Amino acid sequence: MEARVVTIATELDIVRVRQTVRDIAVRGRFSLVEQTKLVTAASELARNALVHGGGGEVSVSAEPAGPGVRVRLVFVDHGPGIADLDQALTDGFTTGSGLGLGLGGARRLVDEFHIESTPGRGTTVTISSTSGGVVR
Amino acid sequence: MRPTGAVPVLTLGDVVLVSIQVELHDELALRLQQDLAERVAATGARGVVIDVSAIDIVDSFLAKVLHDISATAAMLASTAVVVGIRPAVAITLVELGLPLRGLRTAPSVDVAFTMLGVRQSAGSPASTVPPPAAEHPSSDVGRGRRENVGAHEQLPPSPRVREMG
Repeated sequence: MEARVVTIATELDIVRVRQTVRDIAVRGRFSLVEQTKLVTAASELARNALVHGGGGEVSVSAEPAGPGVRVRLVFVDHGPGIADLDQALTDGFTTGSGLGLGLGGARRLVDEFHIESTPGRGTTVTISSTSGGVVR
Repeated sequence: MRPTGAVPVLTLGDVVLVSIQVELHDELALRLQQDLAERVAATGARGVVIDVSAIDIVDSFLAKVLHDISATAAMLASTAVVVGIRPAVAITLVELGLPLRGLRTAPSVDVAFTMLGVRQSAGSPASTVPPPAAEHPSSDVGRGRRENVGAHEQLPPSPRVREMG
């Protein structure tokens, strides 16, 4: 099992997160569509951590899972947190200038999605996907 | 792809053309949006062709930029065509909830030019259909262009922008 941590402090770090996740997904033998979905989800969550959480970090790890590889990403920020998670996961809900599809959209692109948030303390989002077309 | 540099904006006859060959970070994407709008306004280009075939991910931010470029072009009496969206990107955008309805797309730059009513011939990268006598691209931005475009394909006056939001 390998793990890499990428700091999310600027817009350029969003690109670094994408490249790191792409790299690990390629090595985990993700199909092109699987890679694209995971990298896109990572991009959404990295931007969320930057814009709404004031920055943070993501830990990227991979482990064997059946015939494939499970890639897990844990995004941590220490921003204001999210008071109403259900609302934040609703398509079209936004407190920023985007389309409000970040969290809900990212959830649809991955196999597993978990979010924990404490107002005033920050937000942790964990996602994972497994290569080899595992049925959700 | 390296996350550096600006995206060169080319003018080919009556069309503004960009081919995005770098990994776009947010600021670069916004700069491109502004550069394109300024170039269209300055040249009165009838079309904006954006080649994204080298782009391996489009997240909601970049999708919004592409949509905004298209909407801005429409307001400037121009038509944006996005070329070469990769299949994996298309699948992901639909799943993300961003099918980009209203965005005009083409499989190749050739087809995009045809959609815009621009003829291409051997020997030059793109030669435009000669404008009608009454039309002077340098002095008459936007006027009289719809008729030209309509000869090849029915283009609505603007993309259906509301469907994105």
